[in-house]
Amino acid sequence: MLCKRIIPCLDIKNGRTVKGINFLDLRDAGDPVELAKFYSENGADELVFLDISATEERRKTLAKLVLGVAETINIPFTVGGGISSVEDVENLLNNGADKVSINSSAVKNPQLINELASRFGSQCIVVAIDAKQIDGNWKVHLVGGKLPTELDLFEWAKEMEQRGAGEILFTSMDHDGTKNGFANEALAKLSKELNIPIIASGGAGNMQHFADSFVEGKADAALAASVFHFKEIDIIELKKELQTQGIPMRL
Amino acid sequence: MKIVIINYGAGNIQSIKFALKRLGVEAILTDNETEIRKADKVIFPGVGEASSAMQKLKASGLDKVIPTLKQPVLGICLGMQLLCNASEEGNTKGLGVFDVEVVRFSNEVKVPQIGWNQISNLKSSLFKDISEKEFMYLVHSFYAPLCEGTIATTEYGIQYSSALQKGNFYGVQFHPEKSSTAGEQILKKFLEL
Repeated sequence: MLCKRIIPCLDIKNGRTVKGINFLDLRDAGDPVELAKFYSENGADELVFLDISATEERRKTLAKLVLGVAETINIPFTVGGGISSVEDVENLLNNGADKVSINSSAVKNPQLINELASRFGSQCIVVAIDAKQIDGNWKVHLVGGKLPTELDLFEWAKEMEQRGAGEILFTSMDHDGTKNGFANEALAKLSKELNIPIIASGGAGNMQHFADSFVEGKADAALAASVFHFKEIDIIELKKELQTQGIPMRL
Repeated sequence: MKIVIINYGAGNIQSIKFALKRLGVEAILTDNETEIRKADKVIFPGVGEASSAMQKLKASGLDKVIPTLKQPVLGICLGMQLLCNASEEGNTKGLGVFDVEVVRFSNEVKVPQIGWNQISNLKSSLFKDISEKEFMYLVHSFYAPLCEGTIATTEYGIQYSSALQKGNFYGVQFHPEKSSTAGEQILKKFLEL
């Protein structure tokens, strides 16, 4: 049976992890390669790296980081953040990334998803969507949730599937950072209306939230950052708990 | 030992190269026929779309070379599918090593299948020391149905071939290079064949 996936997300700036990482057993908590190695050896099913740097050097720094991660870990990983062209994607995949995550560029140029899917295959194209509810309607937001658009989450996700996205990474801005659980209703609707895997993001606070995202939210994977980085939740213990609740896990 | 990874512009070759490096082997990336024929083991990777990958093979003449290789050959993911008779994807004629036709998953399940699934009914020395129901990482929309060459099965709505073998040709639908220590073990067994 296909397992549900648990995915830690690492924010990267200028080749280093940012936002607190509180791991006492790592030599250098800011080194993404070392952290990636730790997670890959401790139950993570996949990793996501989100690059938030804004320097001239970013492409080169990121490519170097991707190469270092690919050299070190033996599980799949996705790279996202500021990817806007076929060349960007080619560069990352050639350096060993398994998938890329596209966010704002898809809104600015939806045709990009068709081009990427036909060139590299849908299996490596994740479309990330940040959305929040405005007057009861889920609206897609850009710039880390700061800039609202007119796009409806469900219509947009459907369009992305039709254009060739292989997965949707949906972050609820209403839930992100709250530690009150994932946006399960919206997740379940996405899962019902689309026929590609949905990754839940935003709101993880305890183990039950993950269980709920899979059972109520019908998510195929769940992503989180701080609960893992601060060791509030141990991934292997989490997966054991989910398995006792009947959720298929790789253990 | 000389290990060659066939480089024809389709696939995440870097990951396979690194996985072999972790096993202490420096693989050579090449599309050169002489180099490929001289190798002790050949890895035939592939990610992406079948018909365009097959076009690339034809453009370099590798479509004629690969089916005639005598040493152990391991097709991975799309590489395995291209070794079959044909694929529904892009209506592609394959290399005809494995006597089976690759078809698309039905929409009863999410397509592509992405993630960790189990391999069972293991029947090859490739899986020596691998336990039944071990987890492997898979990413694919098309699959080889069960057939005479099936050496591992996986369930995703239906039971299908997650690995195939015919003589010196081996094919795995999963990505051993991305399947943690169990995947590395399979690569190691391939190197020891």
